[in-house]
Amino acid sequence: MSAILVQKPGLFTTIQDLGREGFGPMGVSASGAADPISLRIGNRLVGNPAGAAALEMTLVGGVFTFERAAVIAVTGADFSPSVDGIPLPMWTSIKIQEKQTVALGASRSGARAYLCIQGGIAVEPFLGSASTHVLSGLGGFEGRALRNGDRLDLGAPNPLFRKETLSPKVLESLQPRKLIRVTNGTQSDWFANSSWNIFCESTFRITEQSNRMGTRLEGPPIPVDPSREMITEGVSLGAIQVPPSGQPIILFVEQQTTGGYPKIANVISADMHSVGQLRPRDEIRFERIEMNEALSLLIRQEALLGSKELFQE
Amino acid sequence: MLKLLRLLQSKPIDEIRNLHPAYCSLLIKFDPLRLDHSELQSRLVPYLARLEHAPLPKPRQIEIPVCYGGEFGPDLDDVAAMHGIAPTQAILLHSSPIYIVCFLGFAPGFAYLGGLPKALASPRLETPRAKVPQGSVGIGGNQTAVYPFATPGGWRLIGRTPMAMFRRNQRPMNLLQIGDRVRFRPISEEEFAESSSR
Repeated sequence: MSAILVQKPGLFTTIQDLGREGFGPMGVSASGAADPISLRIGNRLVGNPAGAAALEMTLVGGVFTFERAAVIAVTGADFSPSVDGIPLPMWTSIKIQEKQTVALGASRSGARAYLCIQGGIAVEPFLGSASTHVLSGLGGFEGRALRNGDRLDLGAPNPLFRKETLSPKVLESLQPRKLIRVTNGTQSDWFANSSWNIFCESTFRITEQSNRMGTRLEGPPIPVDPSREMITEGVSLGAIQVPPSGQPIILFVEQQTTGGYPKIANVISADMHSVGQLRPRDEIRFERIEMNEALSLLIRQEALLGSKELFQE
Repeated sequence: MLKLLRLLQSKPIDEIRNLHPAYCSLLIKFDPLRLDHSELQSRLVPYLARLEHAPLPKPRQIEIPVCYGGEFGPDLDDVAAMHGIAPTQAILLHSSPIYIVCFLGFAPGFAYLGGLPKALASPRLETPRAKVPQGSVGIGGNQTAVYPFATPGGWRLIGRTPMAMFRRNQRPMNLLQIGDRVRFRPISEEEFAESSSR
């Protein structure tokens, strides 16, 4: 017997975990949750390993009927979650009874909400991960976004579980940012000071064409030295490519593994979850920082996620 | 690049999380919480010293059947016209050389093939297609490749193969490996239909 019946899938709901690293030589990118911090916290709230598979919803959430009792947590952006019509608090573990229905609506903030369930969603892993890679139709639930009538299975519940709630202080400090911090990219020196000024001093809008492969931006064009010719090379998560149009693209979780456009900068690891919460028409700016500062921000973020103060007393 | 990749695959460094090979570079993704940049550099020194002695697997020869032109290769005529040759001549040129798999990148199983005759090199489309059909054979600059999945793509499409480039239930999953030698064999529409239905 399955555990969850999808009554409404929402706009674009996929199964995601923390992705599959190590398959770059096959051309397979990591994929995984667009906001891995929300996924990790959600999983910990329900007593799962941080990388258990959960549902990632995009802009509009879905409606799910539980065919057996379960412990859940809703994290990420606020999609007005409810259970049988009663508003559901986020960032805390909640017991759902058999036959209850959990519904999420349209986003009130941010782009992605996560429904984490104790035991995790059980799917056959592809290259060691449950993450859906939509472009290639691999991983997750039949390699695709969920549809009406899909039925999902769950893994074994955790008997050692006790109810937890995220500390409001931690939630505050992990709020997604609109000032995205970057370090130099591989071709940073291909961009004249005047191009860098445009990049660091302009506001960029997220376009509708953005997806899990790339966050496409619209703003004043960034000129790149036309005399330079790129040889296709490996590209990293968060790399900011500038194609001839001058409109930058932030490579995202389902990124291509190699690329042929120059990269002015790279979003720092500690701000990648903020990129995952950007909606079309959101406006962002960039701040250039040094690599050692980026590293200390990541160390601090990881320390916070691993600390005893993560949950409320 | 290939030798360093092989060495890192046969004797992995724990803190390295991923490797992205390309023509003449290898992107190494590592966990900065466990290893810093300079430490990684010094850990790589012995690998670089062993490059000379790195064994490479014997390249395999793989033949890929392609139905050129028509609905399968909507840009064949343009590519031929661009170089002032007949489409049949373009097909002959494309199916003559033995290509080498330089690396896999972009999408799962997408093999960048080196060795395209200069007379076929063609610029990418001004506006990439939102969806290139699976199995399409394209030319982008002086490179050629088969699209393993229906993905967006800006290369000029000259044909299509019924052969699967990425097979999730087979090992290895990707048909082509770095270093493999590839030849394209022109087939008819009937042969294409026959092998697709198999």
